[in-house]
Amino acid sequence: MAYSDKVLDHYENPRNVGAFGKDESGVGTGMVGAPACGDVMKLQIKVNGQGVIEDAKFKTYGCGSAIASSSLVTEWVKGKSLDEALEIKNTAIAEELALPPVKIHCSILAEDAIKAAVADYRKHQETKGE
Amino acid sequence: MLKFPIYLDYSATTPIDPRVVDAMIPYLSEHFGNPASRSHAYGWEAEKAVELARADVAALVNADPKEIVWTSGATESDNLAIKGAAQFYQSKGKHIITLKTEHKAVLDTCRELERQGFEVTYLDVQEDGLLNLDAFRAALRDDTTVVSVMMVNNEVGVIQPIEEIGEICRERGIIFHVDAAQATGKVDIDLQKLKVDLMSFSAHKTYGPKGIGALYVRRKPRVRLIAQMHGGGHERGMRSGTLATHQIVGMGVAFRLAREEMATENVRIGLLRDRLMNGLTDIEATYVNGDIAKRVPHNLNISFAYVEGESLIMAIKDVAVSSGSACTSASLEPSYVLRALGRNDELAHSSIRFSIGRFTTEEEVDYTIDLLHRKINKLRELSPLWEMVQEGVDLNTVQWAAH
Repeated sequence: MAYSDKVLDHYENPRNVGAFGKDESGVGTGMVGAPACGDVMKLQIKVNGQGVIEDAKFKTYGCGSAIASSSLVTEWVKGKSLDEALEIKNTAIAEELALPPVKIHCSILAEDAIKAAVADYRKHQETKGE
Repeated sequence: MLKFPIYLDYSATTPIDPRVVDAMIPYLSEHFGNPASRSHAYGWEAEKAVELARADVAALVNADPKEIVWTSGATESDNLAIKGAAQFYQSKGKHIITLKTEHKAVLDTCRELERQGFEVTYLDVQEDGLLNLDAFRAALRDDTTVVSVMMVNNEVGVIQPIEEIGEICRERGIIFHVDAAQATGKVDIDLQKLKVDLMSFSAHKTYGPKGIGALYVRRKPRVRLIAQMHGGGHERGMRSGTLATHQIVGMGVAFRLAREEMATENVRIGLLRDRLMNGLTDIEATYVNGDIAKRVPHNLNISFAYVEGESLIMAIKDVAVSSGSACTSASLEPSYVLRALGRNDELAHSSIRFSIGRFTTEEEVDYTIDLLHRKINKLRELSPLWEMVQEGVDLNTVQWAAH
């Protein structure tokens, strides 16, 4: 299969690989996908006091397009508020990486990962507030 | 000097041996005659070459040259054998038995026969990839007329118990077809001993050209077929069409070289495969798929847990191999062969088939081992599954958000 240059670049040099420390505060974690389907994405966001995502990390089990989609998303969410991050659509990810139709699900998974990470962060904030 | 990408996909196809190419060329130029032309020297010399090749193909499997029918390849041979026998013997019964791990050329042919009103049993294999003979005996019925079992599996390289299956079939008067596309030059085949009625061959898996194959059709006891290709009555009416002399010459030389060299060649290839296997299985969490003892020396099929197959193929683009994951095609289904061996989806997705052959060197194997170590390491650094396993999480207990 022919990959776009952008997919290859993210695949060869993935950005922001890793995980935040277990006891770091302001972290939201989203894990989506399933091993049986061939891809699992874990996206973490670190949110500062102003509600802005100041850092992001990912780990992905999946094909090159899945790795590239999650790597791209870590770059895009940085500097955004939570609501702005939720506006990132899979179509934008697919367009940026020139994903072929059979790989669109990778971009959908990346969008889901953002939603899951934000939801996880907000859940933690609520439980802290109680 | 290494040449990239390193070719380790000999089960997909083999390069044509230069000696085969040399033998073929004259039949593309000066010796262009039609072997069916009986009235002049052009035809006679083409016919002579075709019959010499027929004898060479027959010799590799200890058969009579009269039992060899030329086809376009193993797929056509499988179609002719299974459809031809099932249709000829349908007054005796309409039940066929085959395996779930057969090549698509057999499985899709059986599906077509189901549409024509035949009944097909697709047998499971054991975890080691081999057919359980008791399960096979239990599946036989009074109306079973054809059994089709491959000799060597194309994905995991295991060798099925053809001799035993043949005995059982002969005892009951059932026609036994064997797809031997992956077996020639790798396994000793003696058709005087094996009770096989029909056997499919391909040239391009054994250093011959693509587009040519053969079907062995037993004469004693005689096996009958309904032809699937009509027009001219070539090959005793079993397969019409002008013979491709140059291709046939190529297949003949390729099979002769296999007969002459396979004993020494397979020892060398077996040593290389073991070197590759030992070099790769010292990577943590790797699993060899299929029985390792009852297997051709050329094949190594390994699952690297917590790494996805397609991304692994991408990472090791310096070596040309096959993935058990069909992710690169439109379907996201993992290999049906590995599923039939009882591998879960995840391990089936993470599998690589290495197949080595005549031109593989030790240097290439060592390069591959080193490359795999580096890339598996890198991809596991990227893998959330690997991270969880390192933290002691049992992945089977995780509720996945399946999509």
